[in-house]
Amino acid sequence: MTENQHSTTNASPGRLAWRRFRRHRPAMVALVLLSLLCAAALLAPVISPYPFEQQDLDLGATAPSSQHWLGTDDLGRDMLSRLLHGGRISLAVGVCATLASLCIGVVYGAISGYAGGRTDNVMMRLVDILYALPFTVFVIILMVVFKRNLLLLFIAIGAVEWLTMARIVRGQVLALKEQTFIRAARALGYSHGRILMRHIIPNVIGPIIVYTTLTVPRVILLESFLSFLGLGVQPPMSSWGLLIRDGARMMESYPWMLIYPSLTLSAALLSLNLTGDALRDALDPRALR
Amino acid sequence: MIWFLLKRFLAMIPVLWATITLTFLLVRLAPGGPFTDEKQYPPQAIEQINRHYGLDQPMYIQYLRYLGKLLRGDLGPALKYSGRSVNSIIAETFPVSLELGLWALLVALLIGIGAGVVAALRPNSALDWVSMMLSMGGICIPAFVLGPLLVLIFALGAGWFNASGWVTASDRILPSITLGAAYAAYIARLTRSGMLDVLPQDFIRTARAKGISEWRVIAVHALKPGIFPVVSFLGPAIAGIISGSFVTETIFHIPGLGKMFVAGAFNRDYTLVLGLVVFYSVLVILFNTLVDVVLAILNPRLKLST
Repeated sequence: MTENQHSTTNASPGRLAWRRFRRHRPAMVALVLLSLLCAAALLAPVISPYPFEQQDLDLGATAPSSQHWLGTDDLGRDMLSRLLHGGRISLAVGVCATLASLCIGVVYGAISGYAGGRTDNVMMRLVDILYALPFTVFVIILMVVFKRNLLLLFIAIGAVEWLTMARIVRGQVLALKEQTFIRAARALGYSHGRILMRHIIPNVIGPIIVYTTLTVPRVILLESFLSFLGLGVQPPMSSWGLLIRDGARMMESYPWMLIYPSLTLSAALLSLNLTGDALRDALDPRALR
Repeated sequence: MIWFLLKRFLAMIPVLWATITLTFLLVRLAPGGPFTDEKQYPPQAIEQINRHYGLDQPMYIQYLRYLGKLLRGDLGPALKYSGRSVNSIIAETFPVSLELGLWALLVALLIGIGAGVVAALRPNSALDWVSMMLSMGGICIPAFVLGPLLVLIFALGAGWFNASGWVTASDRILPSITLGAAYAAYIARLTRSGMLDVLPQDFIRTARAKGISEWRVIAVHALKPGIFPVVSFLGPAIAGIISGSFVTETIFHIPGLGKMFVAGAFNRDYTLVLGLVVFYSVLVILFNTLVDVVLAILNPRLKLST
């Protein structure tokens, strides 16, 4: 007890948050699962038992066996290898597109909130208008109209997801900028850029982290959705959405082609969402239920 | 009040215009047209087709012409379905999508509000835990996973339903669940937190003290303010159900708007895609506005003047 109290008194906010996070049992399980998935995706070229695009038409689709742990698809490709490489793509899209939306959203929101007045009004009205657009439809058109490549996929998804981030950051900045330490910084003659980057953004990092964690699963979902419709990642590449598309096409004869990718995608989404929720509780003690 | 309504509806116009213009630009600036891949036509024939549809005119003339026709409610001919107009395609497929959407919404509201209320009545109980775990599942199992899995288990496995189609009454069940599940999950969470905010308040204690039956207290007094967050979620939810129908209609081979849109997009059928986007946008924006108006009416504290 005394030891605990002692460590509480000189713990940094970050360490306190970590302690609250650790107490959240499901989130810890989720975090472990997530680390495993990420490690598997990163190490995919090393640990895949077969090259992911290697076909074996004579073999065709086989049920899970000791040679092919998760079976093979209709072209005789090893499902485990395809799943591992698919995870690489799906997670990469998730992280990169989230980073893109993070940068746009934070900068836009911070400028809008910091500038205030008419600038803020115009910038936020623009966000309102963009919010009302049916964006899924736009992403689909974008993917159809232009050559389907991964970079465009990042951009299209990033362009959709920055809006909420901009709103959140703007709200936080609006509340922060009237506080005395910001006024002090201004009185010291610091430039606006320096005040924004050094004094304001570090103070809104909590909500930014939380919302970023919750954006990753949404982005992965959007990528899989597009790949499922045949508009995202193109074969012979592999992604979870694409594997589910193939699986759904073949489920009548080869159900394992649907089941394993579905389980993997759902597990990834679940662990990301649980981690995000627990982070929110950990970083914002007031939001504790 | 009238001013408020008028303002809300006037605010829809720039959004609609932006949507139409953006889509028009995107679709028209793209390399390749609807007739480029048909090699069996001689070049003169393609020229003639382009002239017939006005595709040989400068871009801004095509744009202005399109806007002009749009104002009269004419979405133009569908390029890949000769002799049919976009209007007639919408008239034929929209009722199907509308029915699917309504069933899905019903599923989402019934299950969502039910589970949310049950969870909020006994917070941190096993029942709460189970319904929140289910709702987490609903969020993490997307429609394009749930749909094929439901087909695999209940149609191909158990043989209770048809794997695809839109003919008999039982054909409605699996697609509606597929489309509605994710929204049921969100609604359950929103209802739970809304009810948890309302239940400890004084007016609920007063209602109980007056001897009103517990059921009535919950169903009437608590639920009305408790599902406030759900009402504001309905705008995005309806928009999502509309675009979610792309996947559901593709999985179950339902002849609705969503399937038409995906097919049109693949075929580069300019006018069909453009027309459907305009139609979707009108729907989505209209619903969002309607939800805002309903919220303003339900909540007397919200100022109508803003």
